[in-house]
Amino acid sequence: MKLKNKWPKYYKKDVSTHYCPGCGHGVVHRLVAEVLEELDLGKRAICVNPAGCAVLAYKYFDIDVIESAHGRGTAIATGVKRAKPELFVFTYQGDGDLSAIGTAETIHSANRGENICVVFINNAVYGMTGGQMAPTTLLTQKTTTSPGGRDPQFDGYPLHITDVVAQFPGVTYAERVAVNSPAAVLKTKKAIRTAFQVQVDGLGYSIIEVLSPCPTNWKMSSIASHKWIDEVMSKEFPLGVLADRRKRG
Amino acid sequence: MAKKQCKVVVNESLCKGCNLCIEYCKHGALRSSSGLNKMGYHYAEPSEEAECIGCMMCTLVCPEVAIEVYGE
Amino acid sequence: MNKVFMSGNHAFAEAAIRAGCKCYFGYPITPQNELGEYMAGNIRNAGGVFIQSESETAAINMLIGASATGVRSMTSSSSPGISLKQEGISFLAGFELPAVIVNVMRGGPGLGNIAPAQGDYFQATRGGGHGDYRTPVFAPASVQEIADLTRKAFDVADKYRTPVMILGDGMMGQMKEPVVFPDKIEDTVEKEWALKGRGNGNSRYLASLILDTSEMERHNWKLYRKYQEIEANEVSYESYMVDDADVVAIAYGTTARIAKGAIKRVRKDGIKVGLIRPITLWPFPSKIIKDIAQRVRKLIVFEMSTGQMVEDVRLAVEGSVDIHFHGRPGGVIPTPVEFARIMYREYQKQKKGSL
Repeated sequence: MKLKNKWPKYYKKDVSTHYCPGCGHGVVHRLVAEVLEELDLGKRAICVNPAGCAVLAYKYFDIDVIESAHGRGTAIATGVKRAKPELFVFTYQGDGDLSAIGTAETIHSANRGENICVVFINNAVYGMTGGQMAPTTLLTQKTTTSPGGRDPQFDGYPLHITDVVAQFPGVTYAERVAVNSPAAVLKTKKAIRTAFQVQVDGLGYSIIEVLSPCPTNWKMSSIASHKWIDEVMSKEFPLGVLADRRKRG
Repeated sequence: MAKKQCKVVVNESLCKGCNLCIEYCKHGALRSSSGLNKMGYHYAEPSEEAECIGCMMCTLVCPEVAIEVYGE
Repeated sequence: MNKVFMSGNHAFAEAAIRAGCKCYFGYPITPQNELGEYMAGNIRNAGGVFIQSESETAAINMLIGASATGVRSMTSSSSPGISLKQEGISFLAGFELPAVIVNVMRGGPGLGNIAPAQGDYFQATRGGGHGDYRTPVFAPASVQEIADLTRKAFDVADKYRTPVMILGDGMMGQMKEPVVFPDKIEDTVEKEWALKGRGNGNSRYLASLILDTSEMERHNWKLYRKYQEIEANEVSYESYMVDDADVVAIAYGTTARIAKGAIKRVRKDGIKVGLIRPITLWPFPSKIIKDIAQRVRKLIVFEMSTGQMVEDVRLAVEGSVDIHFHGRPGGVIPTPVEFARIMYREYQKQKKGSL
C-alpha cells in the first residue's frame, strides 16, 4: 500500500506547532506549503509572517521567512518584491495584524496593486495575546475586551477589510474562504492556488481571507467552532469571490 | 470489486486531540484513545470496528499533519 | 565628476544613488521634501525603486523588506517622521540589517515648525526606539559633507550590518553649495546573509523575536560588541584652531559653522578660541574632548536646542573642566555675533578666574 498524502515539502517535517488544538493556522500552513510545492515556488518564496499567533511561522514553513513588526507585513513585502521582483512574496497575517494596526499598510499595498499575495487569517479575535476583541469580532461576540459582547455603541462594527480592498482597481483577486470542513479546506486550497498564480502571472495584488477556528479563545470545542463559522461567522463574513480582475491580464 | 484496502495511521506525538478527524470520518475508522500522548492529549487512533476507505477527509481537516493514509 | 551647485536635500539623494542605493521609500515632510522629489525623478532611470509610502512607518518597513534582500536602501524624513520610524529602526538593529536613514531636523517637540533645529540629538544617539541598541549617527555641516557622509553611511551600514542615521537640519537641506560627488558605484557586493529564497539550500529567516531570554541576552551582547567595535573604529571629528586655544567650543552641523564665524571674529581681538566639531555624534568623540579638557580652562557647548550634546561633553570630561552651555532651540538660528559675545564673556570669566 502506498502513502496517499506525503508530507508537504515546504512544511518542516515532524515539527509540533505551538498552535492550539483545532486551530485553523495549522491547516492553512499545510495548504500554503502544498500550493508552493505544486506551483514550484518554494525555492524563490519569501513569506512575511505577522506578529500574532503565526509569529513563529518561520519554525514551520521551510522557505525563507521575514518576521514583521505587528501590522507591517504588506509594507515589508512591498519592499522585498520591489527590490527583487523575481522572488515570490506573500504575507501571512491575522485580523489584528492586517485590519487593526496594519490597516494603512494593507489598504495602500492593495491600492498600489503590489504584485504580492496576502493570506489573511480571520479568527475574529486576537489569539496570541489571549482573546481580545479584534476589528473582525462579531456583534455581541464576547471577548476579553468585550466581556459583555461587542456593542457597536462602544466598539463599532465588524470591519470588512477584504471587501474594502476588493473595490480597488489595483486588487486583481480577492476571495473569502473558510477551513471548517473538508470541502471548505479544498476550496481554500484552490483559492490560495489562484492567488499565487496571479502573482506568478504578474497580474498584481491578491488577497485570500480565511475564516479560521480559534477554539481556545472562542471557548468552544474544535467541532463546535467549525459549526459556529457556518452558522454565525459566515453570515457576517459571507464566503465567495470578492474581486476577480484577472481577465485584463 | 473487492473493497479497497486502506489504512489510516495517526502520529501520536503530533496529535493534539482536537477530534476533528473523528468528527469528519463518515466510516468511524478513527476514535479517541484512552491513553495520553506526551503532550497530555487523548490522541486519535484507528478504531477496530470500522475500516478506512481512504477518503482522505481526516487528512484535510487535521491541523497538525498528524495523519497518514495508505492505499493503492 | 566636476563641481555642481546643489541643495543639501538634492545632494543626499544624488549621493545615495551614486552609492548604489537601489530603493528609496519616503513620505513628504518639510524641510526635506526635495529629497524625495529628487529620488522620484532620478532613481528609476538609475535602475532603482522609488515609492512614496502611505506613512513614514510604512516607509521604514518597506526599507526593511528591501534591505533584507541585500539591496542598498534609504529612507528620509524630518523629526516627527523620524519618530514614526523608531520602531522600524529598532527592528533593523535587531535584524542586523544595513540601512541609511536621513533626518533633516526641524523645530519641535510636537509639530514644532519647519525651521532648522538640533532637538533630535538624544533620539538619534540613544538608539531612539525600544530595546538595547545604538545607531551610528553622522552630522554633516556642508553640502559637500552631505555627499561624502551619505556614501560613508552606506559603507558603514554594510560593514557592520546596522542602520545608520544622518542628522542634517532644515537649513542644510535647503541651502545650496558647490559640491563634488564621489564616483558612482554599483552595489555589487554579494551579501551572503541576504534572503533570496532558499533555492536548493536550507530555508533561512529573519526574526527579532527571541523568546528564550538567555538567547536574547547573547544577542544583546553580540550587538554590544558590534557597537564597541564601531566606537573603536568610526569616531570622526574636525578640530579647528584648537592648538593655541584657551577656550574650546564644541558644536556640530550648522551650529559649528556659526561658531567658526564667531571664532574668526574674536581671534581678531586676540581671544584664542578653538572648535571641536563632532562629525560622528555616535560614536561620540569623547577622547579628543577629554584630552583638550586637560589643557584648556573652559569649554563652550553651542547647540540649536536646550542642551543635549552637552550631556555627552559632560560625560566625556567627567567634571575636569568648566563647561558653559549656550543654546537656541525652536528653530531660531543664532548668529556669529551672538556666539562671539558668549565667547568674549566666557573668555574674560575664565581669565579673571585664573588671576
